[in-house]
Amino acid sequence: MPEQTESAPLLELSKCEQIFRTKRGDVRAVAGVDLEVRPGKVLCLVGESGCGKTTTARAAAGLTRPTAGWVRYKGEDVNTMDSASRQAFREAVQYIHQDPYASLNPVRTVYSTVTAGLRRHKLVKTRTEARAKAAELLELVDLTPAESYLDKYPHQLSGGQRQRVAIARALAMGPQVLIADESTSMLDVSIRVSLLNTLGRLRDDLDVGFLFITHDLAVAKYFAWDGEIAVMYLGEIVEQGPTPQIINDPQHPYTKALISAVCEPDPRLAREKKTVRLRSSEIPSLTALPSGCTFHPRCPLFEPGLCDASAPPLSLINGDARRLACHVVARDHGPARAGAN
Amino acid sequence: MREPILSVRDLSIVYRTGRRTSVTAAQDVSFDLYPGQSMALVGESGCGKTTLGLGLLRLLPRLGQVSKGEIVYRLKDGMSVDITGLAKEELRRFRWHEAAMVFQGAMNSFNPVLRIGEHFTDTLRSHEGEKRRTRAEITARATELLSMVRLEPERVLKSFPHELSGGMKQRILIALALALEPQVLVLDEPTTALDILTQRSIVEQLHELRERLGFAMIFITHDLGLAAELADRVATMYAGRIIEKGSAEDVFYEPRHPYTVGLIKAVPPVIGDLPELSSIAGSPPSLADLPSGCSFHPRCEWAVDACRETVPSLTVLTPRGEDGGHAAACLRAGDIEYTRKVVARA
Ligand SMILES: Nc1ncnc2c1ncn2[C@@H]1O[C@H](COP(=O)(O)OP(=O)(O)OP(=O)(O)O)[C@@H](O)[C@H]1O
Ligand SMILES: Nc1ncnc2c1ncn2[C@@H]1O[C@H](COP(=O)(O)OP(=O)(O)OP(=O)(O)O)[C@@H](O)[C@H]1O
Ligand code: SF4
Ligand SMILES: [Mg+2]
Ligand SMILES: [Mg+2]
Repeated sequence: MPEQTESAPLLELSKCEQIFRTKRGDVRAVAGVDLEVRPGKVLCLVGESGCGKTTTARAAAGLTRPTAGWVRYKGEDVNTMDSASRQAFREAVQYIHQDPYASLNPVRTVYSTVTAGLRRHKLVKTRTEARAKAAELLELVDLTPAESYLDKYPHQLSGGQRQRVAIARALAMGPQVLIADESTSMLDVSIRVSLLNTLGRLRDDLDVGFLFITHDLAVAKYFAWDGEIAVMYLGEIVEQGPTPQIINDPQHPYTKALISAVCEPDPRLAREKKTVRLRSSEIPSLTALPSGCTFHPRCPLFEPGLCDASAPPLSLINGDARRLACHVVARDHGPARAGAN
Repeated sequence: MREPILSVRDLSIVYRTGRRTSVTAAQDVSFDLYPGQSMALVGESGCGKTTLGLGLLRLLPRLGQVSKGEIVYRLKDGMSVDITGLAKEELRRFRWHEAAMVFQGAMNSFNPVLRIGEHFTDTLRSHEGEKRRTRAEITARATELLSMVRLEPERVLKSFPHELSGGMKQRILIALALALEPQVLVLDEPTTALDILTQRSIVEQLHELRERLGFAMIFITHDLGLAAELADRVATMYAGRIIEKGSAEDVFYEPRHPYTVGLIKAVPPVIGDLPELSSIAGSPPSLADLPSGCSFHPRCEWAVDACRETVPSLTVLTPRGEDGGHAAACLRAGDIEYTRKVVARA
């Protein structure tokens, strides 16, 4: 295969920070994150509940304004761009909500939801054309026969069906970037794969770039194989790199724990597998973050005096392919390891 | 040969849906469960897993009812009893003592105004039979149970449900279910909706408890990974029927029903090569309007004309092991092959 030249990122987050001011104090949900989404590539964001994935995704979609840092679309800051560019950004970057119950308007039919954008921008001329377009979109997400769904309301659909309506709506405007927040996690296995394969075709054939959020490392491996995985913990990226390297050769103890926690659909492998035991299963509160490396109270590699003293920087390892934030691994394996296996 | 602790024969369960209408949500289900064994019930949403699980303890909702078949348990005293014939009072004595269940989504159904300690008191008091425990005895037992699931008893007993995480609540439910030392534990989606590291800790917990207490376990899941991880035996359900059952190895490595093959091909692994994944065409049928013959035939790539007419029965393929070894309900079971295409090497 010829070496692919890297295309410029469509969407870029740099030093992106989101602090929520609450009665219990400031909540630093996202603490200075750098991420890039390129055309036809997947950047997969993984991590436990509450680590800041949705907050990051919402900032990336321009739905919230980060308290510090930038979100750029094709090089332009989305929070200061003029209204024409902002309109283009809104159409090109679509966010698929984590909770399909919250994201669909209960008094709109599926037809109305899916074609709202098209009708608003006069991209369909007649009702017949709009219905045909809606049917096409529903078929794309395996809601078939499409005619039987067009006139249904959200309360008449299952969770999985609603999720697919939300995806069909996001596809209507021909997006260049899809931000999919746990879009497949509540679906049955067969429907999930069918959707992942549909999204995969958009990625491969139409060069759509993805910010894909999941807590399932096996799904991340499947969907982001040619892309990257970024592992998030308490608002920070702790490890990032090409998917095969992260999955087959994780370096951060937190990444190792996440990967080894997956239930392997193979009885022998599942039985032989060694799982990483954490020192604690409690996730610290964002209002009382541990000192130094915020993972230290749970980390099996914790060394007093080192890990609780200062925060490990996210540094390049393995040439410039990977980034890692761990004092102990960086010390024991050297900052620049030669090729991973 | 040892005897099963639970034998289910030709069990069917119907829900009344109208004055004259009903749907059959479990049909002709038969299996044996042996002491200490764990069995996974897998299948897509709506295939009847919860219905069967509830039926096994006669816990069906008002409109649901066992319409046929036997559910025979071998009790602690060595007697066998078909619980389909038990009266209310006898069922009360049977549940919790012989078999107990952790319900789907039960984490969210704790009584919010009662502390966890009071949940234990309620359960232990209402099911203990003749000898009534003192408050001190109840606290002692609750403490013992909570330590067994690795929670801090002092703190947890004083807590209200909303003060605890989902994983802690699931552990408490497991501890409660084990309170009267049942021989069979039924768990409905025990890890669904939990975070990945919490899921892992529940899995480890169940391994540990089973080793220590030796109960048999039926767990319901749509997660094949969990089945591979926890099950000695796996049964696949489709449209109310068990369409394949066997040891975990049989079912995962040599699936012989096209539906099981379809499920396995849809699940991504985390270890090893990247396989091609595919979905099963179409969607599950409505119970009110099942296809003729094999209910899977409209979605099946192996289907032949006969599949439209004949309902395939669960037929033994390899008689090795207990509960009839490996069996599948497919007219073409002998022809079904499972191969997986690799798209990228690890
Ligand atoms: N509007 C808000 N005000 C205060 N805190 C918030 C707000 N939104 C999110 N948070 C907090 O920020 C943290 C990150 O939340 P976020 O929803 O981004 O996590 P997540 O990784 O998407 O989790 P999940 O996997 O559960 O979806 C959480 O602790 C959350 O409680
Ligand atoms: N009380 C009821 N009355 C009528 N039909 C019911 C009732 N409860 C369940 N059903 C139907 O019985 C079938 C089986 O439902 P059940 O809850 O057992 O499925 P399941 O396999 O547990 O699904 P899930 O994975 O979604 O929990 C479904 O078609 C459902 O609609
Ligand atoms: S009996 Fe026929 S339709 Fe049913 S699974 Fe077997 S081949 Fe397919
Ligand atoms: Mg989220
Ligand atoms: Mg269920």
